[in-house]
Amino acid sequence: MWNIADMSLLVTCPNCGPREVEELRCAGESTKRPAAAAPSQRELNEYVYFRDNVWGVQREWWFCRVCEEWFLAERHTYTNEVVRTWHPGPADSPGGRDGSEAASQQEGAQVL
Amino acid sequence: MTRLAPQPYELIDRSIAVTFLFDGKPVTAFGGDTIGSALYASGRRVFSRSFKYHRPRGLMCCSGHCANCQMTVDGEPSIRVCVTPVREGAVVKGQNFVGSLDRDLMQVTDKLGGPFTPPGFYYKTFIRPRRLWPLYEKVLRGAAGLGRLDPRGTPRPRIDVEHRHADVLVVGGGEAGLRTATDAASAGRHVILVEEGPEVGGALLADPDGHLRAAELKRRALAAGVELLAPAIAIGLFEYGFVPVACENRLVRIRAEAVVVATGIVEQPLVFPGNDLVGVMLPDGVRRLVNRFSIKPAERAFVLTADDRGLAAAADLERAGVELVGLLDLREGQPPNIEARGHKGRVEAVSVNGKLTRTDLVVMSGSPQPNYKLLAQAGARVEYDETRGIFIPTDLPASVTAVGGAAGEVGEPAVTTPVLGYTGEKSFICFCEDQTAKDLKYAIAEGFDSIELSKRYTTVTMGPCQGRLCHVNSIRVYARATGLDENAIGTTTARPPHTPITLGLLAGHPEEPVKRTSLHNAHEALGARMMWTGAWKRPHSYGADAGAEARQVHRAVGLIDVSTLGKLLVTGPEAGAFLDRVYPNRFSDLKAGRVRYGVLTGDAGRIMDDGTVARLDDETFYVTTTSTGADAVYQWFTWWNAVWQLDARFTQLTGAIAAINAAGPKARELMERVSADDFSNEGLRYLDARQVRVAGVPALALRIGFVGELGYELHFPSPHGDHVWETLLEQGRELDVAPFGLEPQRILRLEKGHVIVGQDTDSESNLHEAAMPWLVKNEKEFEWVGKWATQAAADRGLRWMLVGFESPSGAIPVEGGQVVIDGVSSGRVTSVRRSEELGKVIGLAIVPHALAVDGGRFDVQVNGKAVPMRVHLGPFFDPAGERLKA
Ligand SMILES: [Zn+2]
Repeated sequence: MWNIADMSLLVTCPNCGPREVEELRCAGESTKRPAAAAPSQRELNEYVYFRDNVWGVQREWWFCRVCEEWFLAERHTYTNEVVRTWHPGPADSPGGRDGSEAASQQEGAQVL
Repeated sequence: MTRLAPQPYELIDRSIAVTFLFDGKPVTAFGGDTIGSALYASGRRVFSRSFKYHRPRGLMCCSGHCANCQMTVDGEPSIRVCVTPVREGAVVKGQNFVGSLDRDLMQVTDKLGGPFTPPGFYYKTFIRPRRLWPLYEKVLRGAAGLGRLDPRGTPRPRIDVEHRHADVLVVGGGEAGLRTATDAASAGRHVILVEEGPEVGGALLADPDGHLRAAELKRRALAAGVELLAPAIAIGLFEYGFVPVACENRLVRIRAEAVVVATGIVEQPLVFPGNDLVGVMLPDGVRRLVNRFSIKPAERAFVLTADDRGLAAAADLERAGVELVGLLDLREGQPPNIEARGHKGRVEAVSVNGKLTRTDLVVMSGSPQPNYKLLAQAGARVEYDETRGIFIPTDLPASVTAVGGAAGEVGEPAVTTPVLGYTGEKSFICFCEDQTAKDLKYAIAEGFDSIELSKRYTTVTMGPCQGRLCHVNSIRVYARATGLDENAIGTTTARPPHTPITLGLLAGHPEEPVKRTSLHNAHEALGARMMWTGAWKRPHSYGADAGAEARQVHRAVGLIDVSTLGKLLVTGPEAGAFLDRVYPNRFSDLKAGRVRYGVLTGDAGRIMDDGTVARLDDETFYVTTTSTGADAVYQWFTWWNAVWQLDARFTQLTGAIAAINAAGPKARELMERVSADDFSNEGLRYLDARQVRVAGVPALALRIGFVGELGYELHFPSPHGDHVWETLLEQGRELDVAPFGLEPQRILRLEKGHVIVGQDTDSESNLHEAAMPWLVKNEKEFEWVGKWATQAAADRGLRWMLVGFESPSGAIPVEGGQVVIDGVSSGRVTSVRRSEELGKVIGLAIVPHALAVDGGRFDVQVNGKAVPMRVHLGPFFDPAGERLKA
C-alpha cells in the first residue's frame, strides 16, 4: 500500500539512473556477518536482531525492481539525501568469497 | 436588489440561468456564479455555524481560505462554496446546526457557555466520573464538528493515481505564478502549473477588469506550452521536488526538478470584539462580490484598514452604490478602541472610542501576509520582518524558489501590529476553532507559553483554514502577552496537507494487478471457481466436491496448473557451491538429471521458502519456489551473491514457464499417449529430471510427488500452455483424466503430511521444530545461511514440533484452533481437512515437543469444547511411498 509521502525520494540505480523509491526496495542498513565459524549466541543475536539505526549517513542495501540488481547506497536517514550509490565489488566485502566479512540485509523484510 | 445592473467587466453570464437547491429550496444563479455568490445574491447572509459556539458566520474571504462558507454539496461535507462553481441541480445544505442555519438551537453554547468555556474546558470538565465519558462523548461529538458524512456512503467516482514528471512545477496561478511558468516554458522547459481555485488569476480576480488580465496571462501561458491543472491542490512539498496534487478525483504525484511556490498572499483579519460577526469581511472578499459577480453587498459600509487594500475596497463599494459611513486608516495615529456590534449575529454598528456608527458591512484589512505554508512545511525557515510586519520564508530547500506574494512581495509596509482591542470579549483570532484573544491569554496564564503548546491546547491554527487567517495573529497576541518579539515566539510546525482534502484521496489507490497463468482462460472455460493466492488467481476446484476431485487423482489421473511456482535458473561454474551456501542440504553433489527437495532459511534460522532443485547439467540448476516466494527467493539469491560474488548467474523464469502436474496411477499411461519419450519407471525414476517433448512441445519433466501419487511436473514455455493442457485432457479422456484445483491438492498433500511453508510454518519455525532435521547437513566444512541459528535451536532443546494428527471423533477444528493441554493453550492447528480417501479427519499441528510421539494426545477447542486428537507421525497415506515410486 503506497502512502502519500512516507518516502518520497529519488534513488539513483547505478544501471537505471534516478528512480522513484517505489521502483526500488530498501533492504535496510548493511551489517557485518560474524567472522567466526561458530559465533557465540550474543554475536549471533547482535548480527540478526540489532541495527545501528543512525541519525545520519548510513550504508544500506537497495534492490532495483527495474533491472533486478542489488546495489549499495549511502543515504542520510533524516534528510533522505542519497550521497552515492554503487554496485558492490570485492572491496565492499573483503573476503566476501568465504562469507567472513559479508554484510547482511534485514531478514525480517525478506520473509514474505 | 442585491444584484447590480450589468457592469462592464462582470464575469457572470446573465443569459444563463442555473438552478440548484439550497436546504430544499431552489436558488437561481447566473453562469459564472459560485454557489457562494449565488446564495449571497439571493439574500443569504448566514453561511455556517461556528465550530464551538455555533455563532452565525457569513462570507469573509470569498477566496477559499476561510472556513466560514463550508457547506455540504451533493453529500460531500465541508465544501467552501465561495469558490465552488454553481452546478445545475446541485443539492446544497448548511451544516453544523440543530434546527436551521438561521436559528441554530445549539447557539445556547454561545449565549450561556461562551464566557465559561475557555480552552481546555471540555478536557477538564468532562473527565470525571470516568464511567460517564461515553455519554459525554456522544453529546460533545454531536455539538462540535463540521458537517456529517452520509452513513449510507456518498457515491463517488474511483480515485485514480497518476505519476507525472516535469522540469518546473509552479504552485499557484496568480500573476507571479503565471508569469514565471510562461517564462520557463518559453525557455523550452516542461512546466506544470497547479492552481487550487477553479480558475487562474489569483488576486487579480478581485480587480474590476482583473479577469480580463488573468485571461490574457493564461492565454500566454498556454501558448508557451504550460500545462495547467485547476482546481488542483498541492497537498505538500517534499524532498526531491515531490508534490502530490489533489485534482478532483485524481491524485497526481508530480516530481519536478524545480518547484516554484507562487501561492500569493492571505489577507489578515483585524482583531477587535465582534470581528467574526456576519457582515465583517476582508477587502478582497468584498471586491470579488462587487467586481466579479456584480453584487451590491450592503447598503452601508465601514472600512477599517491597515493598508491600501481597504481603500481599494472602499472605492469599489462606492462605485457599487454602497454608502461609505466610515473609513478608519490605522496608519494614521494611535488605533482607537474599536468594536463591532451586532444583532442575531449580524453586524449592525461599529463603535470607535464609544462613538456608534450604524452599518451592515465592515471591511477589515489587517494587511496581507505571504502565503508561506507550503514552503514552511517543505522545511523553509520563516522569519519576522519587523519593518514590514510580515513573516517571510527564508532558507528554502534545494530546487525550491518562491515568487510574488509568497516570497514577501506584499506591497507597501503597513501597520506592523494591527492587533486592536484584544482585551475585549469575542475578539476572534481563530475563526475555524472559535478561539479568541482572551482564550490565548488564558492559555498563556495556564503555562502554555510556547506557541507549539498553545496550538495543541487551544487548537488555534488547527482548523480547516490551516492557520492561514489565524497563525500570524496568534503569534502577535503571544508576542504582546509575553513581551517577546515575533521571532522569539517562532512559528508552529507546518504539516501536510496544506489545504483540507478528502480521505478518499488518501485511501484511494490503483487497482491491485492480478497475475494470471497462461491457462487462466482454460480454467474459466472448465467452470473453475477461482481464488486469490498472493497476487495470483488460481482454480480452487472445478466442481462442487473438492473431495471427489482429490479421489479422482488417487483413482485415475488429475491435472493441476502449477505455473505459479517460482522458477529460477542458477547457472555458472560455482552454481552448485552457491546453492550449498543457501540451502541447509547439499546440492553440489546432486547428479545431473536428478531432483532434490530444499528448504531455505535465513540467518535467524527461520524457514523462508521451499521447493525443488533439479540439476540439468554440471553448471545448470533449475530451482522452483513457492508461488508467493518467487520474487523474494530471486532477491534473496541475488543479494547473497552480491555479497559473495561467486561465479553464478540467476535468471527469473517464473512468468516465462508454464507448469502442469499430471498425477495419479494412470499418469504414466497419459504421458505415453502424448510423448515419444521414455516415461517408464526405469527410464524416468522417482526424483529424475529429463528434457522431453510433450504434445510436441519441449518440456522439462520432473518426477516428483507433492500429492502422493505417481506424478510428472511438466515445465514448458508459457505460450504453449493451452495447447499442452488441451492435449493432455483430450488424450487422457479414456483414462478418466480430470483437472483438479488447489483445494483437492491441499487434501492430497495433507494425506502425505507434506508441509506448506507459510501455512504449517510461521515466523518461529526452524528446521528441527518443523520436523525436517533430515535436511540439515552437519558437516563442519559447510557454512550455510541459517546454520548457526538452526544449531542454536537444537542446542537449547526443542520446544515445539510440527506433527500430524487424526481427529478420532470426526470433529473438524478450525485452522488456527488452539491446542489445549491441561487447560493451557499449547500450540495450534495449522492445517486440517477431511480425507475421503482415508475416511478420516486429518491435520497438522504445532504441539509441545514432548507430545511428538505416535499416539500422543492433546485437545483442540472445537466450538468452545475440548475435543481429543491423536498424534500420527509420518504420512497418513502410502507411508512407504510405494505409489510414488511405482
Ligand atoms: Zn536498475
